[in-house]
Amino acid sequence: MFYPRLFSMPTFSSPRPFEELSRMRRQMDRIMDSLMERQTSIMGAGVFPAINLTEDENHFYLRAELPGVMTQDLDIQATARNLTISGERKLEVEGESAKYHRREREGGRFSRAFALPKEIDAERIEARMRNGILTIKVPKAESAKPRRIAIES
Amino acid sequence: MTDVNVNKELKIKEKQEVATPAEQTRPGAIFAPHVDIFENDNHLTVLADLPGVTTDKLNIDLRDNVLTLVGDVSPYEGPDEKDLSIEYEVGRYYRQFTLSEVIDQSRIEAQLKDGVLRLTLPKVEKAKPRSITVSAE
Repeated sequence: MFYPRLFSMPTFSSPRPFEELSRMRRQMDRIMDSLMERQTSIMGAGVFPAINLTEDENHFYLRAELPGVMTQDLDIQATARNLTISGERKLEVEGESAKYHRREREGGRFSRAFALPKEIDAERIEARMRNGILTIKVPKAESAKPRRIAIES
Repeated sequence: MTDVNVNKELKIKEKQEVATPAEQTRPGAIFAPHVDIFENDNHLTVLADLPGVTTDKLNIDLRDNVLTLVGDVSPYEGPDEKDLSIEYEVGRYYRQFTLSEVIDQSRIEAQLKDGVLRLTLPKVEKAKPRSITVSAE
């Protein structure tokens, strides 16, 4: 580090002004990192519905919050690696006399294609709707499952 | 919904995180559920989206004209599952409303179906509008 001597400024209150600066820069980096992280995790693809994808050894699990969506209004299609979830959220029509104070819930159509990281067994996909949460259990294809390799000694 | 909205495309709506008046003893995010509130001559109706909340985890409280909805969501992931991509978070639902109408507490009805709560709050008799006819002599 040569610059403290080059730019030595006696007016600075801190004996090492550049140390202070680099500390501030580190702090900024941290703030930016946490912001970016949050954005990617929450914004996702920006297409309704938001999907959480998890996996265990043999399955992928896709979950989406779809309150008030009837199973007959949902359509799930699968190919070797892709899933398409489409449907419509129909809101009940209230009587003529209803005067609204707040209207935050929305109805409408939606469609989302989702690519899974590995090949799947499209024949054995199970989908279940419970308490407004759609859970799709997707078995991994045999070829995509991890295999233990025996080591010969 | 109505014919007007049939071709409407649903947009993603971020869950709104809220701060509760008192600090929580349990860590975790708290979200404000999306609601519809409407009234007619006899009832005030609250519809709230509470995906993942079961009837035993839902608490509805009405006192001093303040309606409180609290819904707990138990995590629905299995113990062996690993996260690959997370687009929404789950947590407790919490929302409070101050009601201007006088509500008949004994006849409140609540129904939770497919993650949607429908809360019917009947207005008490005296609060119902009554048209007054003026008779001219």
